[in-house]
Amino acid sequence: MDRKVVVPGDLLSEDAKRCGEGTFVKDGRVYSLLYGLANCKDKINVIPLAGKYVPAPGDNVIGVIKDITFSNWIVDINSPYDGLLHISEFPKRIEAEEMSKYLRMGSSIMTRVKDVDPAMKVELTLNDRKLGLIRTGRVIEISHTRVPRLIGKGGSMISMLKKELNCNIFVGQNGRIWINGGAEEMDLALKTILLIEKEAHTNGLTDRIVEFLKSEKGARS
Amino acid sequence: MDMDEAEISFFKDGLRLDGRGADQIRPIKIEVGVLSRADGSCYIEMGGNKVIAAVYGPREVHPRHLQEVTRAIVRYRYNMASFSVEERKRPGPDRRSYELSKVSREALEPVILTSYFPRSVIDVFVEVLQADAGTRTAGINAASVALADAGIPMKSMISACAAGKVADTLILDPMKEEDNFGQADMPLAMTPAGEITLLQMDGRLSQEEFRQALEMAMRGCREVYELQRKSLVDKYSQLESEPVLEVSALE
Repeated sequence: MDRKVVVPGDLLSEDAKRCGEGTFVKDGRVYSLLYGLANCKDKINVIPLAGKYVPAPGDNVIGVIKDITFSNWIVDINSPYDGLLHISEFPKRIEAEEMSKYLRMGSSIMTRVKDVDPAMKVELTLNDRKLGLIRTGRVIEISHTRVPRLIGKGGSMISMLKKELNCNIFVGQNGRIWINGGAEEMDLALKTILLIEKEAHTNGLTDRIVEFLKSEKGARS
Repeated sequence: MDMDEAEISFFKDGLRLDGRGADQIRPIKIEVGVLSRADGSCYIEMGGNKVIAAVYGPREVHPRHLQEVTRAIVRYRYNMASFSVEERKRPGPDRRSYELSKVSREALEPVILTSYFPRSVIDVFVEVLQADAGTRTAGINAASVALADAGIPMKSMISACAAGKVADTLILDPMKEEDNFGQADMPLAMTPAGEITLLQMDGRLSQEEFRQALEMAMRGCREVYELQRKSLVDKYSQLESEPVLEVSALE
């Protein structure tokens, strides 16, 4: 894979058809919009190295309740925009007066972005078996730009981690990750995920992580 | 230095007081990501100038009434530390720093894709720790790198450099003595493609001199751009070559 570090305004290609994410076209040429890594396949994508999470419909995210209004929970989703979780999006029918019984201020939830309107009103939902209140385990935060690397191609990295670490892992697109398992497994999972975050831009990472886990486990037993 | 207003010599054996030629910029040092709590940051030294820039955002706008429904707003604060100049500067914003904040913001705004982040704000803070003429250009250079470091989408980088005139000679990147006792100072900010986003002039230049000075400053900006680019690229290529050997083997 051909990857290189680019800065905003770098010329990437003379062929306007190859413009992908993180690029723009001017006078029939493709330029980079971001400071990041350019991936040159048939489409050129620039993957940012930093930046804030912008919610998109369908994203699974982890949020923290930061306020309760008459019929909405206001959820911090690690983004410039707050999420709104309406009571009707709670899996069961509840009264407005009882909202804080179910989700209190400071509660962490696994949720999904249902819709985002042009004014950046973010609607969330809890209507799915996988979603809901977090009661056990830990939540850690990494940069959301590293999330695709943590999941890997077709989920290769994350499924390997789940298997090797014997933990349940939920990855939020906003960079918050929930891990649930034994105390020692969680410690190792935390270490591994932080390592992936640090080295997300390097090649052959999955293999190195397998090696890392092997040596860590060897040291323990 | 004992300077008599009337007769200061700006040149010695065809070189300037600090040993530069008329068309040379001062040495530049750029560091990226120096502040851990900021979303993007940059420290720059341009000769005797020492400037630090921090970028926060896009984030929620406070106070709310400044919010724009369709785009992000950009706030730029240029501030000089009280100890940045020889005579202690009274701290806080003043007429000069308001103006510099405004023109610097307008120098950067055209390249930032504000429409990507409606209802938010991108805050840029520029602190001058040590001043030696040309702090606005140093501030813009640092802010541009810090914006890139924060992952904010931009159409291009912005580079800035000044040109001036002393003893009837055009010079690039004036330093303090040349700025204080010179005949003209002309800061310029532009994209590497040559689109000008800031052009100011203090003093007098003839039309021909202006053209030449502009040409000179543009060349200075391009030099600065190469250094800005290098500092950003180096931040990650360094990390890349350390733990991974396959990368160098492939190339």
